[in-house]
Amino acid sequence: MPDTTSSASAFNFLEKIGAPFLHLIRSLGRVAFFLARALVKIFAKKQLQSIAQHVYYIGARSAPIVMLVGLFTGMVLGLQLFHTLVRFGSAGVLGSAVGLTLVRELGPVLTAIMITARAGSAMSTEIGIQRITEQIDALQTMGVDPLRYLVSPRIAAAVISFPILTALFDLIGFLGGFLTGVVLLGLDAGTYFYRLQSSILFEDINGGFVKSLVFAIIVTTVCCYNGFYTHLRKDSFGAKAVGLATTSAVVISCVLILISDYVVTSILL
Amino acid sequence: MTPPLIELRNVKKSFGSKVVLDGVNLTIEQGQVTTIIGKSGTGKSVMLKNIIGLMEPDEGTILFKGKDIKTMLPHERQDYYCQLSYMFQNNALFDSMTVYENIAFPLEQTTELGTEEIRTRVRKKMEQTDLLGVGSRFPSEISGGMQKRVAFSRALVTQPEIVLFDEPTTGQDIVRRNAILSMIAEYKKKFGFTAIVISHDIPDILFISNRVLVLHQGKIVFQGTPQELESFEHSYVDEFIESLEGFKEHLTGLYSRRSFKMRYHNTLSKKKQDENYCIAIFAIADFSKVCDDLGFVTGQNLLKELGNYISKHFDPVGGFSARQRRSRFLTVLPQATIDEARQLLESFGKDVEENGFSSAVDPFFDPGGRCHDLTILAGYAEGVSDQENLNDVLVKARKNLYAIAEIKCVARR
Repeated sequence: MPDTTSSASAFNFLEKIGAPFLHLIRSLGRVAFFLARALVKIFAKKQLQSIAQHVYYIGARSAPIVMLVGLFTGMVLGLQLFHTLVRFGSAGVLGSAVGLTLVRELGPVLTAIMITARAGSAMSTEIGIQRITEQIDALQTMGVDPLRYLVSPRIAAAVISFPILTALFDLIGFLGGFLTGVVLLGLDAGTYFYRLQSSILFEDINGGFVKSLVFAIIVTTVCCYNGFYTHLRKDSFGAKAVGLATTSAVVISCVLILISDYVVTSILL
Repeated sequence: MTPPLIELRNVKKSFGSKVVLDGVNLTIEQGQVTTIIGKSGTGKSVMLKNIIGLMEPDEGTILFKGKDIKTMLPHERQDYYCQLSYMFQNNALFDSMTVYENIAFPLEQTTELGTEEIRTRVRKKMEQTDLLGVGSRFPSEISGGMQKRVAFSRALVTQPEIVLFDEPTTGQDIVRRNAILSMIAEYKKKFGFTAIVISHDIPDILFISNRVLVLHQGKIVFQGTPQELESFEHSYVDEFIESLEGFKEHLTGLYSRRSFKMRYHNTLSKKKQDENYCIAIFAIADFSKVCDDLGFVTGQNLLKELGNYISKHFDPVGGFSARQRRSRFLTVLPQATIDEARQLLESFGKDVEENGFSSAVDPFFDPGGRCHDLTILAGYAEGVSDQENLNDVLVKARKNLYAIAEIKCVARR
């Protein structure tokens, strides 16, 4: 006769492991469906003005902070790499080191993280508040598709803005490296720019842009999704749910940026 | 036979263990104003949200022109939703848009109208709802009543065919409440739209309603005309109307019309066949002019005092009274003969003339300083308990109306 107690506890154990896994799979499916529908609706009518507004908010308004972070990242890279390279007698390749690090890795990643902190959190909060105050329901009752109106323009705007901001970050980063390497530490300016120009290939720039596009889609999808389904959270309600949705959106976005960075890098190399 | 515009069949909806809609069956007819009444928290809003597609029923079907909306093709469902507009109970205004932008939003997003046409329509709607001065303000910068009117304008700006109003007059002063109700009635007349209204503003809302539905404990317990509602026997309706009419009793100190009716039937049913009873009616002559000249508040005070006089003279002899019209009172004297009734009325008139209306002495002078006389009219008649109905006896009493007390303003001064 089978031991029913042990089989029941085994079943409970499996259930405990399986439930979060099934939840994860379901969530991923929902996110994928959410993204697919939002992408299709980018090409709907009356989207241009809305996309332009979000490009201004996500792109233009984020430019100062991206430039500031880019400058100091370039400066600290210049400083660290100069002292490291001097030990090996190869300070002359500082331009290459700064350039490749920024274009391939730090430019896209740090830009995405900065935009997540600035615009992604705002997206999640704004949509979350609209959800709990029935504004999204109001859109639906007016025959306005909430995904088309709230999510699609943000994804389109992020796809436009992320690569441009990444390029800006890279350029300002080069300048930061120049300030510490050349102006502060006395490296020859011609050498710095020659190495910078000769070592960065089109593939490197292309790879950086591919990453920034992937990050754009990840950040906007995660942030909009968390805001859009604030009301379905089981851990809290109302204003608290909006706060937690925003926190989740930022944390998940940052983690996914780093994970996807590794995945894209391994594909590109 | 044409199917109803919207029909709910055995619709059930629960939230966890709480059953909100427990097999709702109802029909909404085209071109009518249907009012849903019921206590707070009984699921009226949930029912509307099921109709508009914001929620899905756990069980049951919702039919639009006889077709189940669940089995409709996507474009058919889209057509259905496009004909609907919904005014939310808590307004659901877009808080980052101005009042003007809120009202213009559905036109900008769902129509191909030009900017100028949109501006004209929005301005017209704002004018109708008394919002012209606040177009550039944000919802958080205006009062709750104004926000309600913005939501109302937004719901109507696209001239939808079916509009669902969730408490459209809550928080409005009496003038604006009437304006909103008039607009619903006017729109129905003008565009023939169908309105489903949740409201607690009874009896006002009933004046513009073609049908009334009563939602009680998750079920529709009544569907019919406002007139039919009055004679509908149900604990909820009794409770509801009693609470409403309690206020009227407080105002005049007399029976409410419903209680009066019940007392009348109970008393007369106990009388023997062919047994007589008397009625008396009382009124203030030219009451409308009195109100115009001396003001509404003075008019109400006079009615209240007249009610007290009636109660003082006729309650001790087994009579019972109610306000019948704006300024007319009806008293039934079940035990009195016609002579006794005449004597009681004479004593009543004498008392009024001698003691007058103490709280309204000064207001007998209008703001221009002119003095106004006051005449109290009375009439009486005899009825036979099982042969004449009350209206026939009333007609006889009205024919015998005469001035029972005259209060001359000079004498009062």
